[in-house]
Parts: sequence; C-alpha cells; structure tokens
Amino acid sequence: MSILGGGIFKGMAVTLRNFVGSYFYRDRLVTNDYSWRPEDKLPQSIGDYPKEKGEQLRDTTTVTNYSRNFPMLLHDGGEPMDTVRCVACQICERECPPQCIYIEKSTEKKENAGGKPQFYPATFDIDVSVCMSCQICVEVCPFDAIVMNSQFELSTPNRFGGLLVRRDDLLKSNDYYHRIHPEEAAARDKRMADEKAAKEAKKKAAAEAAIKKAEEKAKAEAEAESKEEAGDKKEGAE
Amino acid sequence: MTSAAPNYELLQQDGLETSLLEVSMGPHHPSTHGVFRMDVKLDGETVVDLKPVFGYLHRNHEKLAENMTYLSSMPFTDRLDYFNSMTNNWAYALAAEKLIEVEVPERAEYLRVIMAELTRLVNHVSLVGFFLNDLGALGTPLMYAFREREKILDLFEQASGARMMCNYFRFGGLRNDVPEGWLGRAREVADRFPVFLDEYEQLLCENEIILSRTQGVGVLSRELAISAGITGPMLRASGVNYDLRKVDQYGIYDRFKFRVPYGEAGDCYDRFMIRMLEMRESIEILKQALDGIEDGPVMGNAPRVFKPKPAEVYGRIEGPKGELGFYLIADGTPKPYRYRVRPPSLINLTVLRDMCLGGKIADTVIILGSIDIVLGEVDR
Repeated sequence: MSILGGGIFKGMAVTLRNFVGSYFYRDRLVTNDYSWRPEDKLPQSIGDYPKEKGEQLRDTTTVTNYSRNFPMLLHDGGEPMDTVRCVACQICERECPPQCIYIEKSTEKKENAGGKPQFYPATFDIDVSVCMSCQICVEVCPFDAIVMNSQFELSTPNRFGGLLVRRDDLLKSNDYYHRIHPEEAAARDKRMADEKAAKEAKKKAAAEAAIKKAEEKAKAEAEAESKEEAGDKKEGAE
Repeated sequence: MTSAAPNYELLQQDGLETSLLEVSMGPHHPSTHGVFRMDVKLDGETVVDLKPVFGYLHRNHEKLAENMTYLSSMPFTDRLDYFNSMTNNWAYALAAEKLIEVEVPERAEYLRVIMAELTRLVNHVSLVGFFLNDLGALGTPLMYAFREREKILDLFEQASGARMMCNYFRFGGLRNDVPEGWLGRAREVADRFPVFLDEYEQLLCENEIILSRTQGVGVLSRELAISAGITGPMLRASGVNYDLRKVDQYGIYDRFKFRVPYGEAGDCYDRFMIRMLEMRESIEILKQALDGIEDGPVMGNAPRVFKPKPAEVYGRIEGPKGELGFYLIADGTPKPYRYRVRPPSLINLTVLRDMCLGGKIADTVIILGSIDIVLGEVDR
C-alpha cells in the first residue's frame, strides 16, 4: 500500500509467473489431468479413437467406476431376449423423474434367465433426448435389469427416431457391463448371488419346516386316533 | 421494501430539458449471470430506479415435485443451483429424513461434510472469478479460478459419476461409497488449495483498481440485511455473525473447529473478501473431516419408496449462497402434498434495488455479481 499501483504490479507478477510457468512446469504442459486414472486406462494413441460408428473409444469409457450416461438393459448372455432380466414390472417407468421410459408388457409368459416363466418387455423405449442420467431407474429396479451405460458417442442426424433407443439396442450382456464398470458389476453380482442364496436357504428352511410340521401333524393325528381308539375300547368295556 | 430513492425531477440545465433514460439490461446481458433483466432508470449515469425482472428460467420445480415420489425429485434439486448440487441434495435429504426418521451412518455424515465443503469451494471460487469478470478483468482471474474448480469437479465425478448433476445424496446416507483412493486425492486437493488462494490474493486483494471499484459500493446496512431476510456470506459481510453450521449444527458440524468470518462495511469488497476467507475455513473443515473419517456403511436402512405419516417438516442448511431450505408437507401418500424451496439466491436478490440506488450504472453490474445469484435457483 506504500506506492500507488503497487498492488497492480504484484498482480501482474503473478500473471507473468503463470504465463512463463505454463511453458516449464511439467504438470502444466498437458491440459488433461489423468493422474488419478490407472496407467493402462489412458488412451495410448490416436489409433485408439473409434473408426466405425458405434465403436467406443477404447478404455476411456471407464472414466470412473460410477460414470453414467444413459440406461441399458442387462441380459445374462446368449440370445438377448432369452436371458433378459427385465420382467416388465414398470416400476422404472413410474419412478423415472422426466418420464422418458415407455414399456409395454408382453401378453404371454416366457422362461427367463432364472428359469421361471415371466412376462417380458414387448416394447422398451428410452427417449435419450429426455433422459437426464439420474440413475433412479437403476436404484428402484428389483431385478437388477437396468444399469447405466457409459457410451457417449450418440450423436445422430435423425432427431426423433435416432434419439429414441429401442429395446433391442438397449439390451447389453452382463459381460459388457463387467467391462465398463468392473467394480460396480462385481458388487452387483455378489449381492445378487447372496440374495439368491439367502432366498434358497429360506425356501429350504421353509420346506423343512413344512415337512416337520406335517410330521408333527401326522403324529398328533396318530396320537388322537390312538386316544380315540382307547376311548372306544373304554366305552366298549363299559 | 421501502423506497430510498431521492425524488428526481426532470432536471433543467441551462434552459435545456433533460429526461430520465430507461435502459433494459438483459435478459442476455453477459453480466446478468443468466436470463435476468433489470429495468434501470438513469439520470445521466446515476441509477434512479431499478426493477429486477426474472422468471425466464421457471421450470415448475415445486409443482413437478408434488407429482412424483420423494426420491424422484432428488435429481431435480441438482438443477436448482447447478453449481452446488451436493448441498442442494443435502438440504432436501435433511428435510425428508425428518419425515421418515432414519439414522445416517457415521461415514456418510463425514462424506456429506466433505462434499458440502468441496461444493463451497467450487461455488466461492467460481463466484470470485465471475465477480472479477464483471469488474472488467476478462479472462485471467476466471480461468485461474476454473482451473481449481475443475480439480474438485473431477473428485465429484469419481465419486458420483457426474461433474455437476451429482445426485449423490439419498435419504439415510449416500448412493455409493467413494472409490478407492478417493480420500487421498481429496486430501491432495485440500492441501494444494491454499497455495492457489495465496496466489489469488496476491493477484487481486491489493489491486488498486479493485479497491477503488468495490470499496464503499453497494453498501448493505446491517439493519436492512436482517429485516430483508438475507442469509449466507452476504449477511455476514454486513456484520452479522450468523452461520447455520454453528446455529443448527446439522449433520456433524458440531465436531469441527472453524471460524465464521464476518465483515464490517457490507460493501462489495467485504462480500468478495468474505468468500476468500470462507474458503480457507472450508479447507480447515475438510482436513478435519478427512482425518476423522472411518470405514463403515454409507447407507442407512431407508426405503426407496415410502409413505410418511402426515407431517410438516423444514430442513435447512448453510448453502454456499445462504440458507437453503426445503419445506415438505406429507399427507400419507408417497408424494408430498406441498413442496417448497427457500432459495437463498432469490431472497438475497430482493435488496438489489436498495443497494444500487444512487450509484453509477457500472456499479450495478458489480453489485449483482457480489450478490452471487444463480438463475436456476431464483426462478426454479
């Protein structure tokens, strides 16, 4: 504050230091800071860039484990519609905040991945021009059928049809999910397996309990019968 | 609001009749931070009257939320004040957690504080950048500020999957735990940030141009600030020591040691400096939270869709811009009967006219910049 304009010179020195520094500091030379990414996830060269439409920029799709763009439907491998997890319960359609999901339930049941006859989505459309990538549909889905994709190159010259993603384009295999979100997918699979095991254990316990109950019932009935017989004998004796 | 405007008559000078000039600033004026319009009446360069006009970005937020379940409107709160999606989430989660009475796990509470303080850094650093932009320092300060902001947004992206529309908080905790190594990276950011702040202070705080443009400009008196319901850094710049983190001690803010800076003059310079000082306190809280955090679950036992008992609740937090509150009335259905947001931007904007009257037209730009509004929150 001693000389007039001192503050301005001080500020100018900072600007100059930054300007010169941008040519010498190593961490300032590159614009993108990928330091938090694992080495093997970095795009290695321009050759990694996709040449065909629909192909993904290699490995940059796994920007983070939780990166999300638009939803996709999961199937367990093989023919997509044979192993689709979605049973068209329409919970995601109801809960979707911007209402971008449209589902039509099938009229007949078909065996799904779990081996049980279930309904399946006859139509499953997501309007990605409306979707806001909030992931609410993923959280409310009780069947782990819908998860977030990280595909981002979706630009299209077709404004209406091109941004309406149909069921067959939404279907992706669980392997693909493991590839784009490894940690999340592993955690999800583990949770599903645990739940299945717990369910089976419960079922087993229930079945055992039923058998036990039936046995007890039979025993009780037998006892009652023998008592009755005894009573009859008594009566007969009188 | 009382009119402090002097009664300007048409001025007679040297026999020539002069008249007041009406200028419509905005809605696309670069200084209005969005689609906001000011009808300014000018006598020469002096502001005689000012009428703020807003609502261009109205998106029906409250009515939308009344027609969807409690969880579904969580992503919409991101879009209120799109700089601070994390704190918006927190305010809404606080209100809804009062409805369903759910315990938040320890680790989630710590992560919430970390996210909120990182958000405060994001908000203040970009505010200071834009404020300098309004002053005419085009580019340099804003770019320096955004360079730092980007590091924090990277952290948000790694944790929640999105840079700005995080949608990370849930009733009873957080959506997911932070990935491995995240806390270390957060500490790195917290450690490096003061270096940037020192540089920024060197660049700006003693600059004679900034001093002469901001000191004594747009003075908001303590009395007016209190009676108009001003909150946040703007209230503290006017000399009122009021911070909801100290008053309510929501979450686990009672565990942290930090100071609440407050100003004296209530002019634009104080409002600018308050933000600079608050950033340093935020870093202190961040460091304490990063020290205290322990492993554990991040999600309490809360249902996704629920039907709360009929009740009225109000959840509020100290957002970076002021008191952000959500008022919910539950009527026993899965949807709120009434959903009301108390937006700090809108309420702080109400004193714009009082601060601008009698000043120069060029100062209205700075005064508006120092209020720190985001039109997404003003219009909702």
